[in-house]
Amino acid sequence: MNRRTTGLAIEAEGLTRSFGETRALAGMDLQVPAGTVYGLLGPNGAGKTTAVRVLATLLRPDGGTARVFGHDVVTEADKVRSRVSLTGQYASVDEDLTGTENLVLLARLLGLPRPAARERAAALLAAFGLTEASDRQVKKYSGGMRRRIDIAASILSTPDLLFLDEPTTGLDPRSRNQVWEIVRAVVSHGTTVLLTTQYLDEADQLAGRIAVVDHGRVIAEGTPGELKSSVGSGTVHLRLRDPGQRPQAEKVLRDALNVPVQLPADPVALTARVGEAGSDLDASAQAARALGDLARAGIVVDDFSLGQPSLDEVFLALTDHPAVSADEHDDELEAAR
Amino acid sequence: MSNATTTTTERAPSVYVPSAEALATVLAPGARPPRPSALGASLTFGWRALLKIKHVPEQLFDVTAFPIIMVLMFTYLFGGALADSPRDYLQFFLPGIMVTSVVMITMYTGIGLNTDIEKGIFDRFRTLPVWRPAALVGMIFGDVLRYILAALVILGVGLALGFRPGGGVAGVAAGIGLLVIFSFAFSWVWTFFGLILRSEKSVMGVSMMVLFPLTFLSNVFVEPSTMPGWLQAFVKVNPVTQLVAAVRAVMDGASDPSAMMWLLAWSAGFVLVFGTLTMYRYNRR
Repeated sequence: MNRRTTGLAIEAEGLTRSFGETRALAGMDLQVPAGTVYGLLGPNGAGKTTAVRVLATLLRPDGGTARVFGHDVVTEADKVRSRVSLTGQYASVDEDLTGTENLVLLARLLGLPRPAARERAAALLAAFGLTEASDRQVKKYSGGMRRRIDIAASILSTPDLLFLDEPTTGLDPRSRNQVWEIVRAVVSHGTTVLLTTQYLDEADQLAGRIAVVDHGRVIAEGTPGELKSSVGSGTVHLRLRDPGQRPQAEKVLRDALNVPVQLPADPVALTARVGEAGSDLDASAQAARALGDLARAGIVVDDFSLGQPSLDEVFLALTDHPAVSADEHDDELEAAR
Repeated sequence: MSNATTTTTERAPSVYVPSAEALATVLAPGARPPRPSALGASLTFGWRALLKIKHVPEQLFDVTAFPIIMVLMFTYLFGGALADSPRDYLQFFLPGIMVTSVVMITMYTGIGLNTDIEKGIFDRFRTLPVWRPAALVGMIFGDVLRYILAALVILGVGLALGFRPGGGVAGVAAGIGLLVIFSFAFSWVWTFFGLILRSEKSVMGVSMMVLFPLTFLSNVFVEPSTMPGWLQAFVKVNPVTQLVAAVRAVMDGASDPSAMMWLLAWSAGFVLVFGTLTMYRYNRR
């Protein structure tokens, strides 16, 4: 079982790739340990899909090198292909064909003789809860079933490295949980998973390590815990009763904590990071002092909490812009084609 | 009350709960099967094309209705004017319209490829460890079946209208064989355009721009000797002219070695040049 759980699954150095004027990859470095789930986290347009396409041998980089299990993705593409599988963001099976036909087709292409291919297809359909739908055209599947057949197609021949490009985008919460369970099962059998996502909680849930990607570069890397603590040990969230008091509350907080205060879209909310390196007080003491100052200033606080920063806040702190910028989405997709 | 019960029992099995045990049985790494041969992989992709015809039979419209319309239209439109009667004209015209129709439907190869790429399925195919051209070769294998079907439909209509090939069954089969060889080779032009052009529409546009002059500026409809000299020069080098001359000859029980030679040379050239360009683009996308 441990045939492939040592060393690095992916090593990339200085990958660059441009599409016309757009620099999709601007010197990306990655080290993905084998046998883990590794998350590429970033907003749309950050370069995640381009990175996956380069690593899966679909796209040649303009510069830099990448190796998958020691094989160069450009010069030894065929060796890489025999060990990886890709579940892309879009159709990765043929919508006109049935579930069974798709899996048999791909199993045959992987070298299984026809009876073995049929057997394998049936076993996978059963394990993924698609037996009933096996003779239906894939275009008639629901979103969750689509994702499952996509993933089933990717593990026909259990890959050493599985790329999942935004596997849960557009899924309802139950289907998302199903995909998460499948990913956990896949990785527990020794397959390395490189997952791209724009959902911070997804990376937090699944990934052992995360690279935060923005503008074609990795801007931070580490375990979810490390990323959170690099931003500060905690975040104060508070909600006021009266939105009119927010400017005053912002000033009080800034003076008390000596850190920048964020004003979320919610007109009564404020957040601030506390307990950053260099402060002489720990996070809870700072928070307590801030709460006292607010009370003395006559500001009514309805809700007050001190918690670990969310990955959303990590992203905001690292990039100075929020994690999701949907308008860039189509640009990257268009460019990646 | 009973209604509600039925609803729950019906819905219950549709909720999928991933079970670790079930997944474990399919995830256990087995021995990797040997890589399929180039031909085996191409045939498997050809099987995909057949499955697509099975599920989307309306895509056969272009190889059935279109050729029938072409034959009827041109036979009765030009027949009286260009020959003594439509029936006489048909004797000359049928091999030509067969070639025109089949060469025209080769463009669907490019459109089909472009659609597949647009949908994303080719990303999966391109990450498979198989002989690289297999996906495209298999696609064209599927198309070859469509070409044969179209040729047979036209032959059927022709025979019904009074076309009597001098070469008999063997001559007709040889003629269709030559047509299929050329069309297979010519399809590589469209795989190339299918890869480099951005949308289905632009593939269609380019195809029409290439196909109209190629099929009409030829010996399909009239004898080239009736044309001005400059046009004859083009008609003479046009591969469709050579193809029609060769097909006409074998269907009539004769043979035209020069046309045959040119036809095979053009076919080899298309595969070599456009096959290479296609694979270059396919690998580099």
